[in-house]
Amino acid sequence: MTSDLAKIRADINRRKLLNSAFALAGLVIIAGAIIVLLGLVLQMAIAGSERLTPEFFTSFPSRRAGRAGIYSAWVGTSLVMLVTAFAAVPLGVAAGIYLEEYAKKNWLADLIEINVTNLAGVPSIVYGLLALGLFVYTFRLGQSILTAGLTLALLILPVVIVTTREALRAIPNNLREAAYALGASKWQTIWDHILPYSFGSILTGIIIGLSRAIGQTAPIITIGALAFIAYLPDAPVQSEFPFVSFDWLSSGFTVLPIQMFNWVSRPQKAFEINAAAAGTVLVCMTLGMNAIAILLRYQLRKGIKW
Amino acid sequence: MAQNTVKLTRKKQYSPNVARQIREKIIEAILFLAAFSAVATTIGILYILISESTIFFSQVSLIDFFTDTRWTPLFQNPRYGIMPLLSGTLVTSGVALIVAIPLGTIAAIYLSEFATSQLREIVKPALELLAAIPTVVYGYFALLYVTPWLQGFFPDLPGFNMLSAGLVMGLMIIPFISSISEDAMRAVPVSLREGSYAMGATKLQTALKVVFPAAISGISSSYILGTSRAVGETMIVAIAAGLKPTLTLNPLEQGATITAYIAQVSLGDLPHGTLEYQTIFAAGLTLVVMTLILNIFGYYLAKKFRERY
Repeated sequence: MTSDLAKIRADINRRKLLNSAFALAGLVIIAGAIIVLLGLVLQMAIAGSERLTPEFFTSFPSRRAGRAGIYSAWVGTSLVMLVTAFAAVPLGVAAGIYLEEYAKKNWLADLIEINVTNLAGVPSIVYGLLALGLFVYTFRLGQSILTAGLTLALLILPVVIVTTREALRAIPNNLREAAYALGASKWQTIWDHILPYSFGSILTGIIIGLSRAIGQTAPIITIGALAFIAYLPDAPVQSEFPFVSFDWLSSGFTVLPIQMFNWVSRPQKAFEINAAAAGTVLVCMTLGMNAIAILLRYQLRKGIKW
Repeated sequence: MAQNTVKLTRKKQYSPNVARQIREKIIEAILFLAAFSAVATTIGILYILISESTIFFSQVSLIDFFTDTRWTPLFQNPRYGIMPLLSGTLVTSGVALIVAIPLGTIAAIYLSEFATSQLREIVKPALELLAAIPTVVYGYFALLYVTPWLQGFFPDLPGFNMLSAGLVMGLMIIPFISSISEDAMRAVPVSLREGSYAMGATKLQTALKVVFPAAISGISSSYILGTSRAVGETMIVAIAAGLKPTLTLNPLEQGATITAYIAQVSLGDLPHGTLEYQTIFAAGLTLVVMTLILNIFGYYLAKKFRERY
C-alpha cells in the first residue's frame, strides 16, 4: 500500500518536473531567438556605425567604399513607396470593402477570396517575374520607379485587403442598422460611418504592408534595378509652373535593399561596413514603421469600447 | 390617399432615388473591379509564366528538364536540368524547417499554454517585429556572422554554404510558425483544458495530448506557410549559399536555389526574348507549381484535421 502511494507520488513528481522543464525550454527558446537576432542586429549596427555620418545620406554610390553613400537609394526607396502607397491603398481598401460589405455568397466572391489567400503565399520573386513580363515588356513602362512601385503594390495588396476586412468586421452591426434606419444608402453608411471608425485599424495594416514593401529586394532585382545610380530622379515638385512633374516616374532608380545587396556581394572588406550601415538604416526604417503600427493598434484597442 | 399623392408627385419632381441608386450601382461596380484585381493578378502571373515557359519548353524537352543533372544555361554548352536547383531548394528549406518547426512549435505551446498574459503581450509583438526585418539583412547575417561562427565547428566549411543560409532562414521562419500555431491553440475552447486538468493532467500533458491534437489543423497550416516561405525565399540564399547550382543533398556545400538563380540572372543584362531570358520564367513556373502543390496539400490537411466545437 505504502509502496503504491510512493509510486504514485514519484510519478506525479516526475510529471511536474517534466512540466517545469518544458516551461523552461519554451522560455529559453523564445528568449534565445529574440536575443540572437537582437545580437545580430546590434553587431551589424556597431560594424556600420563608423559610416553612419550625415555624408552617408548625401553621397552617391562610389567605387571607393569610404566615399559611397545611400543618397540615390533612400530617395529611390521613398519615391517607390509613394507609388506603392498611391496604388495599393485605394485598390486594397476598395477590394476589402467590396469583399466584406457587398459580396454576396456566390462562386465569384469565393473565387476572389481564394485568390487573395493564394496571392499572399506566392513567393515575392514571382511578382518580379510578373512585372518583368507585364510592366516592363508588355506595357513598356521600362525599369522605372513606376514599375517598381506597382510591383510592390501588387505584392502588399493581400495584406491591405485582409486588414481592411478585419477592420470592417470589427465594427458592430448596430452602427450600420442605425444608419440605414435614418435612410442612409449603403455607400453613405460605409463612407460616413464605417470607414471613419475603422480608419485607424486600416492605417495599421497599410503601415505594416508598406514596411514589408520597403525591405523587398528580390522582385526589384528581377525587374532589373541597377545598384549604381549616381543621379537623382527629377524632383516631383518643381519651382516653375506647373509645379508638379511626373518625369520621375519613368526614371531609373535604386532602392536601399538593392544597394545593400550590392555592397554585401562585393569581395572587398571595406564595402561590408557600407552594407552594415545601409542594413542598419533599413532595419531602423522597418522596425520603426512596425513599432508605430503596433503602438497604433494598442492605442485603438484601448480607446474603443463598443 | 392624399398622403400618397403628395409622395408620388415629390418622387416625380426630384426623383432622388434613381440618381442615388445609379450612384450606388456605379460605386459597387468600381469596388468590384478593385476586388477583381486579385483574380487579374493571378491570371497575369499564370499567363506570363506559362506563355514564356511554352517557348522555353518548345526548345528544351521536359524530359531533359527533369532528368539532366546539370543546370548551366549561361555557359557555352548550355544544359537545362532543373534538378540541381531543386536539390538546392530542398536542402536550404529542409535545414530551415528542421530548425523552425520544433522551435516554433515549442514557442507556440509555451506562449499559448504556459505564459502569463502580460508576457504574451510583450513577446508576441516582439516576435512580429523580428519577422519584419528585411531578408537582405538576414542574408548579411548569414554570410558575415553565422558562416564564420559555423566554421568554428566545421573547419572545411566553404564561405558560401547552404547550412548557414538554411539556419538563418529557420530563424526567420520561427515567428511565422509560432504566431499562427499559437492562434490555433488559443482558439481551442477552455472547457477542453478544464476537462483535462480535472483529470489531474499537468499543463504539459494537457498541451501535448489535448490542445495540440485539437489545434492540429491550424498548426499544420502554419507548417505549410513556413515551408512555402522557405521555398520562396530568395535573398538569404542568393547572398549566403553561393550561386553555383550543385546537385547535392549535403548542406555543407554551396548551392543555388530556383529563386537564387532567377535573381542571379536578373542581375545581369539579359536580352529580352532569348532562351536565357526564358529560363527564369521556366524556373519561376516550377516554383509556382511547387508552392501550389504545397498549398493544395495544406488545404487538404487543414480540412482533414479540422475539428468543430
